Amino acid sequence: MAHAETHQAAGHHASGQHAQGQQHPIGIYLWIWGMLFVLSFFSYLVDYFHLHGMLRWSLILLFMILKAGLIVAVFMHMAWERLALIYAILVPPVLLLVFVALMTLESDYTFLTRETFFGIGN
Amino acid sequence: MSHSAIAENNAPHVRHGWSGVVHDWSTDQKAFKNVPWGKAMMWIFLLSDTFIFGCFLLSYMTVRMSTLDQWPNPSKVFALHIGGQDVPLILIAIMTFVLISSSGTMALAVKYGYQKDRVKTAILMLLTAVLGATFVGMQAFEWTKLIMEGVRPWGNPWGAPQFGSTFFMITGFHGTHVTIGVIFLIIMARKVLRGDFDVERKGFFTSRKGRYEIVETTGLYWHFVDLVWVFIFAFFYLW
Repeated sequence: MAHAETHQAAGHHASGQHAQGQQHPIGIYLWIWGMLFVLSFFSYLVDYFHLHGMLRWSLILLFMILKAGLIVAVFMHMAWERLALIYAILVPPVLLLVFVALMTLESDYTFLTRETFFGIGN
Repeated sequence: MSHSAIAENNAPHVRHGWSGVVHDWSTDQKAFKNVPWGKAMMWIFLLSDTFIFGCFLLSYMTVRMSTLDQWPNPSKVFALHIGGQDVPLILIAIMTFVLISSSGTMALAVKYGYQKDRVKTAILMLLTAVLGATFVGMQAFEWTKLIMEGVRPWGNPWGAPQFGSTFFMITGFHGTHVTIGVIFLIIMARKVLRGDFDVERKGFFTSRKGRYEIVETTGLYWHFVDLVWVFIFAFFYLW
């Protein structure tokens, strides 16, 4: 964010020209690009080294969230938008987590009943 | 933040924080300041698409958690035989790197678009399209391989029959998005190269003045396709 502020300040002083849209130094894109490569490589290594259980899940989710965050914040420029747009777009998908919780309960119940009624002899 | 946006942000009537959110939303006509309407509409479309992919991944989670059968191991199913040994998940890893590379070239295309560098923008957009087409090609290879091995939407040789239906549904829908993106990119790259956005030539469909903002809007769609792949990669291939 410090970077964005310095850039804004620089842009503000460059008055006279009235450039439109999102303009950021090329360095930040290349840096994020590299980060995405490294994070993807890490998530591939999770599978390659056959990690299991909670360690596997926490690493997969961590790398996933970091990658998604970098793409949305920098490549999609969300970090530089006004809060009105950020909240309008990023808050609704959080409701999906409620849906995940509901369907987890539902599928656990389905699994239990299937095991009870069809699981005999397995 | 654009330069004009900065000027607007520093103006006394533009507020920040929660007060800014309330103020933006309660002004007439335009809730999203500094955002062209096309870009705002793309964001809203992407939000609705998020729910579509969310529902697909949720239904996949539900069938996988509730089946009594063993779920086929993606690490083995998507392995390739290279140099005398099976490398797990290698095709998917290459597809991931190709898609991330295409996102990088797209981000640079947006940057050069706003600098009105016609040739660089068009070349980067076409490069993005080529990488996208490569991704779809590898997906076609993957589908062919799995179908030859006997995977069908109603069954497969390795376990839970739901594997096939969720696999074809989720990756198929994502691949369709990539294909549409490639077509979209080629159309826009042609317009950039022709100088449509320098002379504000009207669009054949919308009759509105063409502007370089459309490159960013196209970019939003493309980055979203990459974003969805991040979740598919984590939940479908790494679970």
